[in-house]
Amino acid sequence: MAIVGTGQAGTLESSDIMVTISPAEGAKTGIVVDLQSPVVKQYGRHIENLIVSLVSEQGLTDVKVFANDRGALDCTIKARVLTAVARCKKDRI
Amino acid sequence: MLNKAGRDIPSVIPGFKEVKLYNGPFAANPTGRVVGPKITVNKPRSEKILKSIDQAIEATGLKSGMTISFHHHFRNGDYVLNMVVEAIARKGIRDITLAASSLTSTHDAIIPYIEQGVITAIETSGGRGKLGELFTSGKFLKKPVLIRSHGGRARAIEAGEVVIDVAFIGAPACDTYGNINGIEGKSACGSMGYAMCDAAYADQVVAITDHLVPHPLYPISIPQTNVDFIVEVEAIGDPKGIASGALRISKDPKELIIAEYASSVIEYSGYFKNDYSLQLGSGGASLAAAQFIKEKMIAQGIVGSFGVGGITAPFVEMLDQGLFKTLFDVQDFDIPSIDSLRNNPNHLEMSASYYANPHNRGPIVNKLDVVILSATEVDVDFNVNVITNSNGVIMGASGGHCDTAAGAGLSIVVAPLLRGRLPMVLDKVHTIVTPGETVDVIVTERGVAVNPNRKDVFENLKQANIPLMSIEELQQIAYDLTGKPESIPVTDEIVGVVEYRDGTILDVIRKPV
Repeated sequence: MAIVGTGQAGTLESSDIMVTISPAEGAKTGIVVDLQSPVVKQYGRHIENLIVSLVSEQGLTDVKVFANDRGALDCTIKARVLTAVARCKKDRI
Repeated sequence: MLNKAGRDIPSVIPGFKEVKLYNGPFAANPTGRVVGPKITVNKPRSEKILKSIDQAIEATGLKSGMTISFHHHFRNGDYVLNMVVEAIARKGIRDITLAASSLTSTHDAIIPYIEQGVITAIETSGGRGKLGELFTSGKFLKKPVLIRSHGGRARAIEAGEVVIDVAFIGAPACDTYGNINGIEGKSACGSMGYAMCDAAYADQVVAITDHLVPHPLYPISIPQTNVDFIVEVEAIGDPKGIASGALRISKDPKELIIAEYASSVIEYSGYFKNDYSLQLGSGGASLAAAQFIKEKMIAQGIVGSFGVGGITAPFVEMLDQGLFKTLFDVQDFDIPSIDSLRNNPNHLEMSASYYANPHNRGPIVNKLDVVILSATEVDVDFNVNVITNSNGVIMGASGGHCDTAAGAGLSIVVAPLLRGRLPMVLDKVHTIVTPGETVDVIVTERGVAVNPNRKDVFENLKQANIPLMSIEELQQIAYDLTGKPESIPVTDEIVGVVEYRDGTILDVIRKPV
């Protein structure tokens, strides 16, 4: 599923993550994750994989995900990603 | 080569004549003699007072390639180190080894002089902020930064491993013939403990003061017999940075529960009885623990023999209330502690060597029953890191951590189990500052683990109402929440060397990728 709107969830508080999902800049890009995180060395790959799998499970294919992480646990990341997905689907025309 | 702590230490390290491997906390057998400063003469009615730091640098004959030292009692309020390094740079002197007892973020001001080659080697307790980042970058310095504990530094000075050509001593009060104390003047810092070793062993000693008084000043912390020159300046430090007011006890629920568990560990450990001795760190959980311990001492009518520090207001309160008979003080952190050292004859000043030097005839840490220490990271072998952060960057200081852990009957390390997403009980800490065989109990907000080599303590703690578990179980609680972290990739370049208190190499710090 492609999207036209943008969905955002989360805050920049410590232990949270702000997730912004927007339409891809071109066709067939797949899910592109831009992750900023203080724990990128320890958990960067894990968090990126988690976001990609959550987004694709929700049926999105070509989207851009900006994730501004402040040390969130997986449960938090999941909640924020799912909410952001729901919000960008709502924006669908 | 693997050392006894399981760390891979290269056989050759730039700047080291000989690489001696750590082989256990009490394995080293020192030989040889204590060194001393050059013999000198000061004839009657000669003048020690000079007009400026520039003049003092000239009078000492400081040249390129020499070693200078400083003490860190002014903490983040220190002006002395920056002033002296600036003056040295102006004179075109280069290639200086800086042997400061510690460095704080106020010393970021010397970064340009490191970049310009004025300072090319550093031996200290640690580094913070931009200075720590610079150490970790491996740029500019000719050899890795050498990290020593407070006791290890005193030992290295006495053993002649650090030969201080000129010691610059910030003197809160100094008389016209060089007697110094730290309890008077606008820049009072309290104890002069770290500076005492520098003054006694440096070839030349320059006192820099903003409170010059007629001779004789007393009480005397550093005697006139050690001091070559005196310079009066407008200010040697910012009083606000030197000492804080009395710190409030933490309201952070995580710190409070850690403090509660730590105080229960002490209570049931078997060490909590009349005449026990105690050292507390200056971290939030440690200070909060002081409050709980005080209540337990009052409730059970226990009076301790002595406290050690790093003195803070909670300890002073306990001294005032008769809960400890005396305090041994190497450094003061707040105004109540400085006032107490000035006013209370039971509050005793001591040198860094008396505090923690493993190779004299007995430092006070050897008589310690209990110490509470904080940690950045611990691992399943009970090793503790307080020097590098989770990205492998130098951001802390060794201090007396390994000295007190080795000396005390019971060493308790307090740390949060998680910092943000990062678990603090790892498979291997990034850098070992205190070897696990000297750490007895690790206290976190979710559980308390006892070193398997302390079965006696484990048995005693079964009666305490605390969540006792193995270190592996504690780690699993963390990993269940966070997942297992990937390790920090590092290069082969060595940017720091952690010397154990006995002079052997405990660990090296490699530059992160």
